Amino acid sequence: MRRYQVIKDRFLENRIFLSRTVILFAFMLLLVAGLVSRLVYLQVLGHKLYHNMATNNRIKVASIPPTRGIIYDKHGRILAENLASYSLELIPDQVADMEETLQRLQLALSIPQEKIAAFNKQRKHYKHFDSIPLLLQLNKTEVAKFAVLRHTFPGVDIHARLLRHYPYAELTAHLVGYVGRINERELKTLSESEYRAMHTIGKTGVELAYEDVLRGHSGYAELETNAQGKPINELGRIDSIPGADIYLTVDMDLQRTAYDALADYNGAVVALDLDTGGVLVQVSKASFDPNLFVTGISYKDYGRLNSSKNKPLFDRVLRGQYPPGSTLKPFIGLAGLESNITHTHQTIFCPGYYRLPNKDHKYRDWKKWGHGKINLDDAITQSCDVYFYDLSLALGIDKMSGFLHDFGFGQETGIDLKGEKSGLLPSREWKRIHREQVWYPGETLITGIGQGFTQVTPLQLARATGTLAKQGQIVTPYLAERIIYENRAVEIERPAQNRIELKTGNIQEIINAMVHVVHSPRGTAKRIAKGIDYQIAGKTGTAQVYTVKQDEEYDEAEIEFNMRDHALFIAFAPADNPKIAVAVIAEHGSHGSSIAAPIAAKVIKKYLGTGNRQ
Amino acid sequence: MKVELRAEQFKEHSLIGSLLRKLHIDIPLLVGLLLLLILSFMMLYSTGNKEAALLIRQAARMGIAVVLMIVLAHVNPRQFQRYSIPLYSLGVALLVAVLLVGDVGKGAQRWLDLGVFRFQPSEMIKITTPMMIAWYLAGHDIPPKWRHIVVATIFLLIPTLLIVRQPDLGTSLLVASSGASVLYFAGLSWRFLLSTILGLSALAPLYWQFFMREYQKDRVLTFLNPEADPMGKGYHIIQSKIAIGSGGPYGKGWQGNTQSQLDFLPESSTDFIFAVFAEEFGLVGCLGLLTIYIFIIARGLYIAVQAQDTYSRLLAGSLVCTFFVYVFVNIGMVIGILPVVGVPLPLISYGGTSMVTLFAGFGILMSIHTHKKILPH
Repeated sequence: MRRYQVIKDRFLENRIFLSRTVILFAFMLLLVAGLVSRLVYLQVLGHKLYHNMATNNRIKVASIPPTRGIIYDKHGRILAENLASYSLELIPDQVADMEETLQRLQLALSIPQEKIAAFNKQRKHYKHFDSIPLLLQLNKTEVAKFAVLRHTFPGVDIHARLLRHYPYAELTAHLVGYVGRINERELKTLSESEYRAMHTIGKTGVELAYEDVLRGHSGYAELETNAQGKPINELGRIDSIPGADIYLTVDMDLQRTAYDALADYNGAVVALDLDTGGVLVQVSKASFDPNLFVTGISYKDYGRLNSSKNKPLFDRVLRGQYPPGSTLKPFIGLAGLESNITHTHQTIFCPGYYRLPNKDHKYRDWKKWGHGKINLDDAITQSCDVYFYDLSLALGIDKMSGFLHDFGFGQETGIDLKGEKSGLLPSREWKRIHREQVWYPGETLITGIGQGFTQVTPLQLARATGTLAKQGQIVTPYLAERIIYENRAVEIERPAQNRIELKTGNIQEIINAMVHVVHSPRGTAKRIAKGIDYQIAGKTGTAQVYTVKQDEEYDEAEIEFNMRDHALFIAFAPADNPKIAVAVIAEHGSHGSSIAAPIAAKVIKKYLGTGNRQ
Repeated sequence: MKVELRAEQFKEHSLIGSLLRKLHIDIPLLVGLLLLLILSFMMLYSTGNKEAALLIRQAARMGIAVVLMIVLAHVNPRQFQRYSIPLYSLGVALLVAVLLVGDVGKGAQRWLDLGVFRFQPSEMIKITTPMMIAWYLAGHDIPPKWRHIVVATIFLLIPTLLIVRQPDLGTSLLVASSGASVLYFAGLSWRFLLSTILGLSALAPLYWQFFMREYQKDRVLTFLNPEADPMGKGYHIIQSKIAIGSGGPYGKGWQGNTQSQLDFLPESSTDFIFAVFAEEFGLVGCLGLLTIYIFIIARGLYIAVQAQDTYSRLLAGSLVCTFFVYVFVNIGMVIGILPVVGVPLPLISYGGTSMVTLFAGFGILMSIHTHKKILPH
């Protein structure tokens, strides 16, 4: 390859190159001088310091765990706190023979084998100069016993640590949740520096959802230690930053009322403050003692909880999915009015059953002899099934599904907790995708009375009830009212509240009918109206667990308890100026009217009093 | 020029001198390089638990590197000039291939598996990029005109960006500086140089935002404040500082290092070997090592100044400059005044790829120096 030779000024070129080289070399020497001065700083001036660090078993960094934030209810009652407790801890670096030491400790303090196994498993994830807990919550006898033997166990010592405690135990187990030992899977995803000093992490409930807020930040102390690992000098220190405190919207008085009112039934009670959307009550029963999990639950206790038929670990409020039963009727009724399919004075005849045109199958009404001639108001008041079979068929599944979707059915409510289920709102499309079948008209009928595929969570039901009470103003439930960082409250951003466009007249019709459920002599929940001078709007519901065959009859006495229907009740009060919305589900309670409604009434009466607060 | 020629002729009178001269070996450079190799061997012996296999493998690499140097020293520099374009193009093509089909090691694609051995094209590009730019600029006016600067910058950016994508911050830095130094030697105006540096610093936040991976950001943050996370990411730097500082003025003696022997210092035989060296030989040893480096650099720059054509001069200057960047960046990061980027201590760190490239560079330097009696005209 031949190129044109450029005519160059060789003299100029040489001069440039030489000057450039000299300047560069001078610059290089300057940089090297920088390196040398740093070396002098480290090796001459800092020599003594670094020499000590290197020879005295070097510098040790002790993490300082932050104090976890306190969780309060709306009136400042403590739901989760930190209590001091003693723990027995080992520093592998200073233990000569780990096997032997553990064996002797086991004998001396009668430590169960599973604690030793857990310790050995955990040990791998720590550095060899970290203090690793073996036993937490030592009692006084154990502390005294070890104190005597302490000199025979180098590298083993008793430390005071803060331990999470839940004073309300079962009452707030699902709501507040609990912290537990960090497991291996979590360790892999955590930031090492954040969790170095910590041994627990939020596992469920508020403790999980607000982990980042509650946790705080680890501090550390740089310690100079002697050959035995004992700190002799603190070189530097950064204090830990405590986690933020959280005030919840929950009112523990109401929470207790609801919990006690459920009595022996498993189920859920949710109450929402309709001024804000804050959750006043969030009860899931059966429950458990969350304090068991803090120090690592024993296999025995966990096995007992996990295999109990009451499913105490299951959070029914967020994850329990139930057929809504007749509590869905006010919404279907409203859908009918809004789409002009029906109007207030239109009546139908209820003979106690309903048949699709040209079909033999009888869709029964709960009242065997029928309700006779009946309009929408009475159909809600008396919970007539036939009226709603007819209305649903006229509405069709598409309209029904769309309307219920607006009220939040089939979607997560967006509460500030993790693991919420979305329930199930069936539609033509859903059935085609998930069941690979077409939609049958019979399914439209049973969807209209809250049976069939439809499933709701108690929280969804409460939210939809609240939205109805607020005339279409969508209620978004939340738990964290205030977050306080070192005496400074932090604003919590709340999503904008949407509104469903509804005609005032229509929604008032439905609310009136729901008032009749409680206050009319023919209402299905008339028993709870006693002794109050404001009005409660409500709707009873009974959700089938067990399907009765065509030629059989549902006989409560003959059916086993766990096959009995679930009892449901939704309500809000006062009807003309709603302050609270409640949803109650009592599993296998059979009747919404006699079992679920009184529970809701107790919560409402506790909140509003018997009338003077109206 | 004439005086210089006489001096060269005078050297040929000594016997060994004339033999090495025939081998196209530059004696001062060779002495400096051999001193480094001896130190490298000693350090490896000290940090590598005296493992024989490790030493043999390193010795083999040194052998290959030295042979390559001698072979390249025999090639006339005009051949380098002739093959600048094909070699550069091949290097860029291999970099693209690495991004497409390369092996992933430590989360970055750097290797090309050629069946028999694995090859890092980013090493080759460290030499071919300055060759290309030197060839290009030598064919035009010196100092370069605007459009030539632009074209040269493009030649520089292509491989640099490809390596950034791998991602390999250390190597991209070396490639960029090797190319940029050619422009510097060609007489890029000071005003332009300064404004480029200012411009690049202004672009740094953009680079941070779009190009750097999490671990690279961590390194920079850790450098700015190692004490923020002393047990995690800052651990390396703190332990390295303890090793160096505890060495003191005179060091703990060869194999007397406690920091790395007790496994307190990670990567002690590769990127952080200077910490071990400083611990064992102290400030005195460090000054000695720096003196050897400066000697090699000074000799290299002397060769560049003596070179007889533009291409050789630019290429030689750039090769020496890159060698200095190696030294400065590595020592700077180990003693905690620069962020941690993966740059080894040249010719001392364990590992073969960078050693082979460096010796190839010195081979080219020797070729430039020992072929210059044959005047171009």
